[in-house]
Amino acid sequence: MTTNFILAPILMHMLTAIMLLFFWQRVQAQKVISIIGNSVAFLMCIRLFNLTMEHGHLVLQVGNWQAPFGITFVSDTLSAVMVLLTAIVSLGVGIYSTAGINVSRIKFGYFFIYHFLIMGLLGSFLTGDIFNLYVWFEVVIISSFILLTVGGKKMQMEGAIKYVTMNMLASVIFLTAIGILYGITGSLNIADLAGKVAAIENRGLVTVTSLLFFVGFGIKSSVFPLYFWLPSSYHTPPSAIAAIFGGLLTKMGVYALFRVFTVIFQPDYFTLVLFSVIAILTMFTGALGTINKRNIRRILSYLIVCHIGYLIAGLGLYTELAFAGVVFYLIHDVIVKSNVFMITGVLFKIRETVDMQRLGGLYKDYPKLSFVIAIVLFSLVGIPPLSGFWPKILLFQEAFKDGQFIMLGALIFASFVTLYVIARLWAEIFWKDSPKPLTEEIDHFAPFSLSGKIALVLPIVALAGVSLFIGLNANAIMEVSNRAAHEMMNPTVYINAVLGTNK
Amino acid sequence: MELLLVILVGVLYSSGIYMMFRRSMVKLLLGLLLLGNGANILIFLMGGLTKGKAPIIDANQTEFLDVYADPVPQALILTAIVISFALTAFAIVLLNKVYSTTGSDDLDSLNIQDLDI
Repeated sequence: MTTNFILAPILMHMLTAIMLLFFWQRVQAQKVISIIGNSVAFLMCIRLFNLTMEHGHLVLQVGNWQAPFGITFVSDTLSAVMVLLTAIVSLGVGIYSTAGINVSRIKFGYFFIYHFLIMGLLGSFLTGDIFNLYVWFEVVIISSFILLTVGGKKMQMEGAIKYVTMNMLASVIFLTAIGILYGITGSLNIADLAGKVAAIENRGLVTVTSLLFFVGFGIKSSVFPLYFWLPSSYHTPPSAIAAIFGGLLTKMGVYALFRVFTVIFQPDYFTLVLFSVIAILTMFTGALGTINKRNIRRILSYLIVCHIGYLIAGLGLYTELAFAGVVFYLIHDVIVKSNVFMITGVLFKIRETVDMQRLGGLYKDYPKLSFVIAIVLFSLVGIPPLSGFWPKILLFQEAFKDGQFIMLGALIFASFVTLYVIARLWAEIFWKDSPKPLTEEIDHFAPFSLSGKIALVLPIVALAGVSLFIGLNANAIMEVSNRAAHEMMNPTVYINAVLGTNK
Repeated sequence: MELLLVILVGVLYSSGIYMMFRRSMVKLLLGLLLLGNGANILIFLMGGLTKGKAPIIDANQTEFLDVYADPVPQALILTAIVISFALTAFAIVLLNKVYSTTGSDDLDSLNIQDLDI
């Protein structure tokens, strides 16, 4: 089905960002506009998701230039799922930011850039053109550079320089890959490339090009040898920014990997083995990195790396069920990872530190909040019936069926380390007695106004609710994941929808 | 001409990567610039070099009968140049800010926070 509605959420965020420009110094107005913009875009994304579920692939040829000549926007199940997740997280973090980001940062245009970041994310999930994907990636990374550095503390600067360098390098590699791909096929449309790449006789060149894409996206999604920038930068910005980065930015790289390696390139045996090996190493290094850390945000940064390994493992297995597991895991991971980073923000407000040794006794002081946080942490571990459990079972099963026992071992190892780390977090932060008596000066959470407290806690509760919903309605989520996986394994539907053949 | 460009691309990429391995922040930035320019010339080269054949169809014909210069790579390069322009401007400001907050141009001295856990 052709519809202009695909662009609506993207344009809504752009419109909100432009509106915000007119209220540059007026913090209260900016907060209101941002929440309204996020809510409207959220409703639009739900509608887009429903339309995609109803009609199958939605396609828009921009300016009516037919594919493969013009730029195409496509919404299939995977894109629609990512768009919906982006909408949920952006609304949650947007509300959280109204209290979690300090006034001086908002005056420097925090919300303005925030909406551009979300716009870029939505664009990269919906585009059907490889060069357009590059442009959306650039929109996202330049926005993320600014969000990472706004405020300008020394620690932020140190983290930013690694982040900026690695992301610019990834962009150049991605651009190189596009250049070579254009040289050997003469096309940029993802659906059109699928047929043209398959017809090339020089398979070596195709493999090299595909690996260039893998390196480019791999840096962005922080896979094994290229992940160093992530743990050394994600703990530096304020929690709201870390939440949106940890939840969505790395997943954008994973999404691009899946798009490129299911539609354009059909991986051969060598590439699949490479994916599996990298997935295993990513899981091990991420898991081991968490063990000796005391700073909660650093632990969570390494957990991001570790759990990216699960997603790449699905790519290495390359079966329909494994893909279903990956899509399910993406749904679970985006929600939970954003939530845990927001939680660290609240912990920081309560105790003025995110060092585990100096935290403690939160269960005694904030029992209700601790209960919600417990749900989130247990979802992250994957205790049945919470959301992390179902996709892991699928991945374990596929790894076992495929006979990849090392990968199975790595998956189980990573799960156990996650369990260990989360248990330690829980014991240190919530159960242990507070190492020093709690004075009123330390607790920055209690003096917040009621609306401020609601803004901080409501998104956490809401996203915890979404996690519970995913866990308890696993059947419905599984149906969506299966459908996305089926589409990924049979890209001809996507190709026909875009090129308008076989109507 | 192709050979010359191929060599140029190789030189730009290798010198860019070499510069990125240096410890000075300014050299890091120069390395990124060289890499970006290398990528642009690579796209130009991969589009195929055609001299003096504009991609315009004659009024009395309906399709191209001769080889023509592909306009798409040039459009891509233009986009990429604009993007890298913005990124470079940002990176220069960032490096300046890093220099003024840390007081050092040496990348190795920026690892202080990596040591604490």
